Amino acid sequence: MVAIDRLTIPDFKTIDKVELIEAKQSKLDNNIPVYTINAGTQGIVRIEFIFTAGIKQQQKPVVAAAVNSMIVEGTSKHTAAQIADMIDYYGAFFETEISQDNAILTIYSLNKHLLKTLPIIEQVLKDASFPEHEVETYVRNRKSKYIVSSKKVSSVARKKFAELIFGSQHSYGYNVQLEDYDKLTREDISSFYKSFYGSNNCKIVVSGKVDDNVLTALNKHFGDNNWKTDSGASSYNSPAFNTTSKQKNIVQWEDAIQSALRIGKTMFNKTHPDYAPMQLLNCALGGYFGSRLMSNIREDKGYTYGIGSGLVSMQDTGYFFISTEVGVDVREKALTEIYKEIKTIRENLISENELELVRNYMLGTFLRSASGPFALADKFKSIMDYGLDYTYYDKYLDSIRHTTPEQLLELAKKYLQEESLIELVVG
Amino acid sequence: MIKFEKFVLDNGLRVIVHQDKSSPISCINILYDVGARDEDPEKTGFAHLFEHLMFGGSVNIPNYDEPLQRVGGENNAFTTNDITNYYLTLPTANLETGFWLESDRMLSLAFSEKSLDVQRNVVIEEFKQRYLNQPYGDVWLLLKPLAYKVHPYLWSTIGKEIKHIEDARMEDVRDFFKRYYCPNNAIMVVGGNVELEEVKHLSEKWFGSIPKGPENKRNLPKEPKQMEGRTLTVERDVPLNSIYKAYHMSAKGSKEYYPVDLLSDILSRGNSSRLYNKLLKEKKLFNDINAYVTGDLDEGLFVVSGKLNEGVKMEDAEAAIDEELALVKEQLVTVDELTKVKNKVESTIEFSEMEVLNKAMELAFAELLGNAELVNKEVGKYLAVTAEDIKAEANKIFRKENSSTLYYLSKSK
Repeated sequence: MVAIDRLTIPDFKTIDKVELIEAKQSKLDNNIPVYTINAGTQGIVRIEFIFTAGIKQQQKPVVAAAVNSMIVEGTSKHTAAQIADMIDYYGAFFETEISQDNAILTIYSLNKHLLKTLPIIEQVLKDASFPEHEVETYVRNRKSKYIVSSKKVSSVARKKFAELIFGSQHSYGYNVQLEDYDKLTREDISSFYKSFYGSNNCKIVVSGKVDDNVLTALNKHFGDNNWKTDSGASSYNSPAFNTTSKQKNIVQWEDAIQSALRIGKTMFNKTHPDYAPMQLLNCALGGYFGSRLMSNIREDKGYTYGIGSGLVSMQDTGYFFISTEVGVDVREKALTEIYKEIKTIRENLISENELELVRNYMLGTFLRSASGPFALADKFKSIMDYGLDYTYYDKYLDSIRHTTPEQLLELAKKYLQEESLIELVVG
Repeated sequence: MIKFEKFVLDNGLRVIVHQDKSSPISCINILYDVGARDEDPEKTGFAHLFEHLMFGGSVNIPNYDEPLQRVGGENNAFTTNDITNYYLTLPTANLETGFWLESDRMLSLAFSEKSLDVQRNVVIEEFKQRYLNQPYGDVWLLLKPLAYKVHPYLWSTIGKEIKHIEDARMEDVRDFFKRYYCPNNAIMVVGGNVELEEVKHLSEKWFGSIPKGPENKRNLPKEPKQMEGRTLTVERDVPLNSIYKAYHMSAKGSKEYYPVDLLSDILSRGNSSRLYNKLLKEKKLFNDINAYVTGDLDEGLFVVSGKLNEGVKMEDAEAAIDEELALVKEQLVTVDELTKVKNKVESTIEFSEMEVLNKAMELAFAELLGNAELVNKEVGKYLAVTAEDIKAEANKIFRKENSSTLYYLSKSK
């Protein structure tokens, strides 16, 4: 047998091309845009109904989330249990998702059963009734979840940190209180539903095995004009953000074994030219397992099970954060090391060697994130939400490949000054 | 339907190849036939700690993660009671980097003291983060030793206590490696847009020269039949009372397993399930209620767990659970219920076959159970279950003397 060289990495290739299958656009008869990714090997389909009905559109706390998750809890013809039965019977899955910017209702189905599942989804979208007793159950369960999560340092830190960086006037920073659930009424829910869940406030994204039968069925069930919203398309103006003036913040927690740490600030979303190169910088600092924060604070010091950083894009803005949970006894040491890593990245050029590693890792991650029909649909949604087209990804990949160490240093100086970062310790 | 090819190297390494031309990425999944059940009762948590050490450098490669990330790859691993599973995904053009990395750490680790020191701390922080500093985090640390008295499932993969992790020595690490991390104790699955001949060539090239290790005959103590119901009551700083009821049941893969798994779906899968509708919605006793099987390779547990609404008495909550369990012992589940959960299983399997990595893991696990071909027989086994099978199994399992109940109470009340 030929001796093999175990010491050197085998020849490898850098990813030079990523072929994205792009979404095709069509329209239902009532002008609902339908975006289609027809791909994959399985006889399955995912249909997402996306409404501009996110948390930031609500006038009163917790209403948008209540509508989103309670939409399956009854129509004028069927009870919650009957609806659940009809969806489950044919092996379909129905999911609801609420974010600050959007509300999404998703149905997953085998193609062979889709036609049996869509009629009940049509009822749910057009005729949800939000029965009083279901509202009571919802409120009781949400309150229970709330009090349980209030016992977790990480949950408390996540909510408090948003409040600190965005300010509570903006929905992004509003820290939900237990009492908010007591004030929730059926009228609030019903009126939000009528104002936001309609054909003129909806987009549809379909992925998987999407043939003409699927599109014809969508038009049959959702293509008419009998389900517009009360008030027409919603108008929304983003309120001002109001970051706390206090840089160091602490929430005391007796008997905590670990402290949750958050450090970060508001930044910008993916429409900003610095977004892609900042993702590169973020990746090097804390965005992957081999990152500087992970290498130092977990793999060298053993202070934590995990640490990471991220740059998150939302429609009104974006934010940067570092997040970890560390033993209470090593909290101060961990903080010192975190600031040391930020200083290092702000004051020294990243080596070509490290940058090559981060670039290749990010290109690989991009390839993974475009694998399969659902992932390709997600890729489409995340540009659609910002009014961007597929050239965004060309520019993004170009930026990952070509941003220089000098440019990264400039970005770090511009955006990661220590005095601009808000710190929160819980525990 | 997952198509695959299989071959075995002279050193005993089993290799399964699954070609999926639609996938832009490839994966390598290596399952080692060792889990927490194989640990010394005085050195628990070791299989999992060892998993961490597998990333601490191998004999020729000082850092596992860095080269993989450099070729656009990513990896992770997990340890269960039964197995330790390592997986990576990477662009197909760079598949050989995966072979290089995985074969070197199967050949030998670097056995670095520094890595052991650091990973001991990391795992201790993991212990705190997941089991101690979370409301209800220690439930399994309490429930397992209640349900098991002899079988090693009595401890969790994280270990019985932090001290066992603190006490881990390099000598233990070396012994564990020699005994379990050898080609004849592993199953490798390569998936993606790959060719069988290429995988054969790469497997031979990188793994072929790794010497065979000892044969491990597993001889675990069998859990004696439980003769009377057990209970444990604890008070913790949590906001809501909760209850956990565990019943001994059959092993995953056995004939009896399938009706029991479907029964857990009828009781608690989704918003149309029995427990959700009766106990949470109608009787308003719980705000969270679940029934599930642990799916272990030796005899496992059927668990019913719930969080009680404020003001609900524990005895009322428990009586309501008992009533639902009595019902499935006395009456056949309906035709519609059975069709529903079978349809759900069928579509779950169809969805799980979208991802090449998922398919690779399923193949490895099926091979461990006896034959990779079992992945394609699962659906048939579920579809063959009858309402009578379910009733018969319910009668075997849901008996008071087969139960272990944990009352997990809020201290503030």
